[in-house]
Amino acid sequence: MFGIDPITLIVALITVSTPVLLAAIGELVVEKTGVLNLGVEGMMITGAVMGFVVAVDTGSPTLGFLAGMASGAALALIFGLLTQLLLSNQVATGLALTLFGLGLSALLGVGYPGQTPPVVNDPFPDALAGLPVIGPILFGHSLVIYLSVLLVAAVWYVLGQTRAGLIIRAVGENHDAAHALGYKVIRIRLMAILFGGACAGLGGAFLSVVRVQNWVEGMTAGAGWIALALVVFASWKPWRALLGAYLFGGVTALQLRLQAAGVEVPVEILAMSPYVVTIIVLVIMSSDRSRAALNAPAALGRVFHATG
Amino acid sequence: MKHLTKLMAVSALALGFAAPATAQDDPLQVGFVYVGSIGDLGWTHEHNEARLALEEEFGDGVETTYVENVPEGADAERVLTQMALSGADLIFTTSFGYMDPTNAVAERFPNVMFEHATGYRRDYPNVSTYSARFYEGRAVMGHIAGQMTESNIVGYIASYPIPEVIRGINSAYLHAREVNPDVEFRIVWAYTWFDPAVEADAAQALIDQGADVIMQHTDSTAPMTVMREAGAIGFGQASDMGQFAPEPRVSAIIDNWAPYYIARAQAVMDGTWESTDTWDGIGPGMVGIGEMTDAIPEEVRASAQALVDAIASGEYHPFTGPINYQDGSQWLAEGEVADDGTLLGMDFYVEGISGDVPN
Repeated sequence: MFGIDPITLIVALITVSTPVLLAAIGELVVEKTGVLNLGVEGMMITGAVMGFVVAVDTGSPTLGFLAGMASGAALALIFGLLTQLLLSNQVATGLALTLFGLGLSALLGVGYPGQTPPVVNDPFPDALAGLPVIGPILFGHSLVIYLSVLLVAAVWYVLGQTRAGLIIRAVGENHDAAHALGYKVIRIRLMAILFGGACAGLGGAFLSVVRVQNWVEGMTAGAGWIALALVVFASWKPWRALLGAYLFGGVTALQLRLQAAGVEVPVEILAMSPYVVTIIVLVIMSSDRSRAALNAPAALGRVFHATG
Repeated sequence: MKHLTKLMAVSALALGFAAPATAQDDPLQVGFVYVGSIGDLGWTHEHNEARLALEEEFGDGVETTYVENVPEGADAERVLTQMALSGADLIFTTSFGYMDPTNAVAERFPNVMFEHATGYRRDYPNVSTYSARFYEGRAVMGHIAGQMTESNIVGYIASYPIPEVIRGINSAYLHAREVNPDVEFRIVWAYTWFDPAVEADAAQALIDQGADVIMQHTDSTAPMTVMREAGAIGFGQASDMGQFAPEPRVSAIIDNWAPYYIARAQAVMDGTWESTDTWDGIGPGMVGIGEMTDAIPEEVRASAQALVDAIASGEYHPFTGPINYQDGSQWLAEGEVADDGTLLGMDFYVEGISGDVPN
């Protein structure tokens, strides 16, 4: 179709989507416990800079990814302490976290733009990746990409099929009831916030170490906000978040290829299409208002103050 | 509250006295507003290099300040006002999108001189504009690209559909076609000057479409990383990007602002500064051609150098007819040279480029 190779398109789509997907799946769990963390962008960019710095300095991409996760989680911990223990407003704190992350990352990254990170090896041998059609699509990626899909599956399983998931959801639906039943609401929320931070940090590190292989200030360019929007449009369902992320990445990759192939569609329409298509599809999917509303955690964004 | 009012009155007074107090013996205060970060290794990096050259030249005679990553719009006006208020004598605004804010702030600070890069509005006597004839460099890159491509597909990562970018595409294409009649240009509009992720994706998309030579009019080195992995070649943009030599970076268009910045600062010191419009190219040294590496065959390097020399001496203009509009109608007759007015407002592709210029 239009002279576009579907295989390279799918490979590009998966790479483009993964940072957003990782951040979205982390935020989904956070929101499921009833906490709205708008600091995703800040945690992502901090993960991106720390991942890059550590990968360059140690020569180990794995350490870079771990550093990205740790720094994302560290930033999330600030948010957690402020909102859960000091009961600050979640929206304001989250926004502040984004601003803080953007500034901090610029400071941490001084002197690193233009450095070359170590090469990330793919987990599968070249023989597998060289298979026609399925090779590049299934076996040609870096480990983080497989991890991101596994993470979606794990989140889906834990949230929907296990007792731990039931507790997480209970905390998000009605923290007073969960508290009355003896669950440690604040502890559970803090753990979810740390998980969300680590996921966002890993997404950022993937962006700087694998996808762009460079560090530049502000390089996440709004990916964290897209992740936040995806969680809502996906009605807090893990597989839908994956679909939304791949759809967004897919249209992003496709529109560049359509331009490169010289298709006669106005460039302005192509350039905005990833946002428009993702929103339209997810809105249609969640168009049954009653069900979509039911899916939003009832205690989302509400402050919990244990009384007795 | 009363104290606050008093404090404000005092500081207003202080400011009022401070402004005329910038006398001759004080160092010249020069401000720079950057659209990207100085570590972008491209556009902003070169402006900052020129700032450092300015400091080097005048030593204690100048004091420079800069603000990075200033968005093109209302924020720029705020930054400019702040700079003017804090005593700047001369301010360089280094991106096209600062055109309106520069003129708006210039109106309010008639004693501060403004220099706006790549724009055309000089509404007030304290605004000058300057730009470089990057299209001369693009002609050389096109000349090399046309001969280096084996797939006959040259990818082009464009930023915004403004005359400067369109001029670059046309110039590169004309000179690629001159040496390779089968060459085809694939253009991707990234709608950004600087977004490494988008630039990398665009480069990958072009390579997946068969391009083996890529030209970029965006400022990061992200496309270079993709080219290196895919075995394609490209050219340094705005800055040498020499860390990617000898491949994928086979040559570069380098912006050299230092001589201009030094001359303008000198003019302010001498009191001879006036509103001007400068548009210099390879000849005066505002546009430099980065070293052509061994990845380019020797005869191509020689012919490219001949082209550089012809442009530098003024013997050859990259837009010399016959050149047709995209629809085949005539733009320039045989031997006719494009006038600067048309070039400055260029909003059309020449014959042979497919697709439409976005609005």
